[in-house]
Amino acid sequence: MKGWDIGITLAPHFLVLLLALPFIGSLLSVLLLNTASTVLPSRLASLVAFGCLLIAVLAYPQVTDGNVLRYNLDWIPQLGLNFSLRLDGFAWMFCVLITGIGFLVTVYARYYMSEDDPVPRFFSFFLAFMGAMLGIVLSGNVILLSIFWELTSISSFLLISYWNNSAAARDGARMALTITGIGGFCLLIGLLLIGNIVGSYDLDKILASGDLIRGHSLYLPALVFILLGTLTKSAQFPFHFWLPNAMAAPTPVSAYLHSATMVKAGVFLLARLSPALSGTYEWFFILGAAGIITLLIGAFFAIFQQDLKGLLAYSTISHLGLITTLLSLGSPLATVAAIFHMLNHATFKASLFMAAGIIDHETGTRDMRRLSGLFRYMPYTATLAMVASAAMAGVPLLNGFLSKEMFFAEAIETHADSVLDIALPYVATLAGAFSVAYSLRFIHTVFFGPSPTNLPKDTPHEPPRWMRFPIELLVVICLVVGIAPAFSVGPFLHTAVVSVLGTQTPEYSLAIWHGFNLPLIMSLIALVGGAALYFVLRHYLATCEDGPPLIRRLRGQRIFERILVEVSWRWARMAEQRLGTRNLQPQLRWVVVTGFLAGLLPLWLSGFEPRTFVFSGVDKVFAGIWLVGICLALGTAFLAKYHRLAALVMLGGIGLIVCITFVWLSAPDLAITQLLVEIVTTVLILLGLRWLPKRTEKMDESVTFRARFRRFRDLLIAIICGVGMTFIAYAVMTMPVPDAIATYFLENAYTEGGGRNVVNVILVDFRGFDTLGEITVLGIVALTVFALLRRFRPAPDTMVMPEQQRIQNRFDEERPERNAGDTVREYLLVPSVIMQWMFPVIITFAVYIFMRGHDLPGGGFSAGLTLSIAFLLQYLAGGTRWAEDRIRILPLWWMGFGLLIATLTGIGAWFLGYPFLTSHSQYLTLPLIGKVPAATALLFDLGVFLLVVGSTVLILVALAHQSIRINRIRTVEADKPKES
Amino acid sequence: MEIILSIAIGVMTSCGVWLILRPRTYQVIIGLSLLSYAVNLFIFGVGGVKTNVPPILSGNGADGVLADPVPQALVLTAIVIGFATTALFLVVLLASRGLTGTDHVDGRGDKR
Repeated sequence: MKGWDIGITLAPHFLVLLLALPFIGSLLSVLLLNTASTVLPSRLASLVAFGCLLIAVLAYPQVTDGNVLRYNLDWIPQLGLNFSLRLDGFAWMFCVLITGIGFLVTVYARYYMSEDDPVPRFFSFFLAFMGAMLGIVLSGNVILLSIFWELTSISSFLLISYWNNSAAARDGARMALTITGIGGFCLLIGLLLIGNIVGSYDLDKILASGDLIRGHSLYLPALVFILLGTLTKSAQFPFHFWLPNAMAAPTPVSAYLHSATMVKAGVFLLARLSPALSGTYEWFFILGAAGIITLLIGAFFAIFQQDLKGLLAYSTISHLGLITTLLSLGSPLATVAAIFHMLNHATFKASLFMAAGIIDHETGTRDMRRLSGLFRYMPYTATLAMVASAAMAGVPLLNGFLSKEMFFAEAIETHADSVLDIALPYVATLAGAFSVAYSLRFIHTVFFGPSPTNLPKDTPHEPPRWMRFPIELLVVICLVVGIAPAFSVGPFLHTAVVSVLGTQTPEYSLAIWHGFNLPLIMSLIALVGGAALYFVLRHYLATCEDGPPLIRRLRGQRIFERILVEVSWRWARMAEQRLGTRNLQPQLRWVVVTGFLAGLLPLWLSGFEPRTFVFSGVDKVFAGIWLVGICLALGTAFLAKYHRLAALVMLGGIGLIVCITFVWLSAPDLAITQLLVEIVTTVLILLGLRWLPKRTEKMDESVTFRARFRRFRDLLIAIICGVGMTFIAYAVMTMPVPDAIATYFLENAYTEGGGRNVVNVILVDFRGFDTLGEITVLGIVALTVFALLRRFRPAPDTMVMPEQQRIQNRFDEERPERNAGDTVREYLLVPSVIMQWMFPVIITFAVYIFMRGHDLPGGGFSAGLTLSIAFLLQYLAGGTRWAEDRIRILPLWWMGFGLLIATLTGIGAWFLGYPFLTSHSQYLTLPLIGKVPAATALLFDLGVFLLVVGSTVLILVALAHQSIRINRIRTVEADKPKES
Repeated sequence: MEIILSIAIGVMTSCGVWLILRPRTYQVIIGLSLLSYAVNLFIFGVGGVKTNVPPILSGNGADGVLADPVPQALVLTAIVIGFATTALFLVVLLASRGLTGTDHVDGRGDKR
């Protein structure tokens, strides 16, 4: 139809619109999730599908005669990955199928879905699937194609499992996803291999380099992987078994997935890539074998199904086998037949699925043993279904006949001399006979015979007018194409064929009558033979069990599940039992050993020679300090089990020595921070000690040999690690320091950052983003601690009052002039008064540290810690209750404001046109105080300060509060017996 | 100086590793603290060991050799984050002790 010029030329952007519309519609459906209406979402979906159909139809003039409509957007051009869309005749045909049948299915689904179903969710998934499918046919880049391929797997999973309270739906969906997902992964590998061979992922380039690909040594692996992808998707043997199980989906889904879309994606890609891959013996053999077996067993199994949808499912498998067989032949005429049959199968199978859905809807069952004589209740639907079945059986004057004739004609031809080729005509005729038998069975059982008895729903009747409309339209198409092919589908088919075959497009005739030739004889044999077969089998079929005889028990599904259980459950369990452990010690041991080896290996490979230690020039005082430090470290390691408090004190001692080291080695900022953190950590662990079990006083004498061995091994690991660290640390420290970024920071700290304390400038300015991340982590940890402690229940043995407190209380009780708790209050009276008085002093000190931070040691971190110590001292001096009666600290607010200020300071730079966290600095002159640095970094540092205060106080107070909570729990539990 | 620092780092690593491989939660938390001292000192030492040259500018730019400020900035945040992780671990330890009634790292009794 070259004269079809409507005067509209679509810009390539419409391709994007065509692809984007379903996804937009899918998102819009999500917004409708709360509506009770079933009409609105279906209207939306119909509208979207129709809009897409319209765009596709309007684009037709631009794809005729092998023209291609292209749209390209660079995505990651460095990887050859572009968002390129291309619409040629073949893709156009599929676009019309996807959107057209999609539109009809949405119209149908509006009546099929019940009020109780979450309808918006259905249409959301449906449109997403439609978009993904359009993506496959429109992709001009094979990686993009593979992405959409995966999207169809995922969205079909969601569609099949739509009724997710049914186990069959869940299992079917999972199986479909597993099979097609693995297939999709194989496809990706295959496409990557192809891209590697061709040097481009662009579909046009790949299609143009067929000879290069076929001649390459990687051709076979690439082919096998791609075929794995397509055969799984198109449910070809031996992966066919997922399709019948996917029948647990709502019927509109089956009608869509198994006629025009999902399963067609496989054969679509085969046809699409056939110019690049086909024509070799491997192609013929793998594809031919899969196709012929599928064609035959699909048709054979279909005869013996008792479920209407099961019959249609196996018939779908068989017809896809037919298409695959045709594509395997590699001859141009066979490709024409394959494309034609994709079209025809989509029309009659979609209408048959919808008819099956209506029957199910009206009678409440799909079991053919219970259905019968429905013709008198729904003559209209019955007639439509009969015509569609006849098309499926390949009866003349219907579209199925034409492509089947073409298939028979191709089957007779010799393509590659082999067993497959010789067997093909006989297999084709046999499969034809089978398909006549199951089509006849479908019609005869359901619509003829006596009236049905005992149906779940009484008196079935015709469905609503518009529920039938999609079937009517499709059946009319079947008829029109079947009677006048050249005038109806001819030009469109030609457009599609030309875009696939190009200059190889053969001469073919779409006439119904080609004379009395061999294909016609084969058709006749199939028709007569099929009818006879059904006649012979009909009594058996009326009562038999579901599934083909003899091999009924041999189910792909069972085998698949057995394998799944074996691999994902037994093997995984075995591996976990053999290799895994839930104990922390072995895990840590592996971490340490692996870490050590990971450090050792590169050193060993690069020929690391440990330096000889030079002891000269060692400062004796420094050496002495660290001698103490080493003793403390050893003491800590020894006493951590037997005397926790002593270990903690020693740990604090080491902290102080580290702090002195920082002072000694020109790191005043570190020294300040270390000192403050040391105080806070010690208090923290002291608070925690209260909740640990009583300490182990004595050394355990009775150790077993195994325990001894474990200790020895751990000691060895520890010593090796320590020695290794010594060598590496010494080597690193004596190495000349390379001129890295340090010089840059030193030179630019003042001019760029406006501060003289380079460490602080790095923290709040140069690496401000890192610091923002770090304070966020700090905040998160504090909140986690807080949250964990809210539900904290101590062990029963720590619930009792500590011994010390009991002694103190007894002392108070024994003396009449004293009240309980006096001793605690008087404890360290003088220091606690001093601590209370120090409160304003420390706050002033914190402010001082904060303000000088940009130029001298100090800054937000240390000021924050200082202020939190000020609060901490008040708790220590007066006790929790006393402190909280007087000061109200809201640590969460401090944290929130801190993070907010830090982030806002960063965002502020945006408004001035700079990147996030760009700082500005200048000096302000304040009365009395004089010149004060006022960089925006100071504001950021304020955020750090507030957050550090908030987090530290939150952690400590939350832990301190446990003692009070415990009193409350104790009182509550003491009161309980009284009440009961 | 370097030799002392290296040995100190080595000893603290040894003690830390020994402690984190022990079965008591308290030993592990103390071991982690020791390890973090060692690691902090190590990172700090990467910038070279210099005395009396803190990275604080007297004029407007770098005059003379100053200590490397980058490892110092790294270690400074590491110290604060170290406090946070100690706190987190302590609370997890207490919660585990409350739930399981034992202070064994696996929440179960000792194996012999």
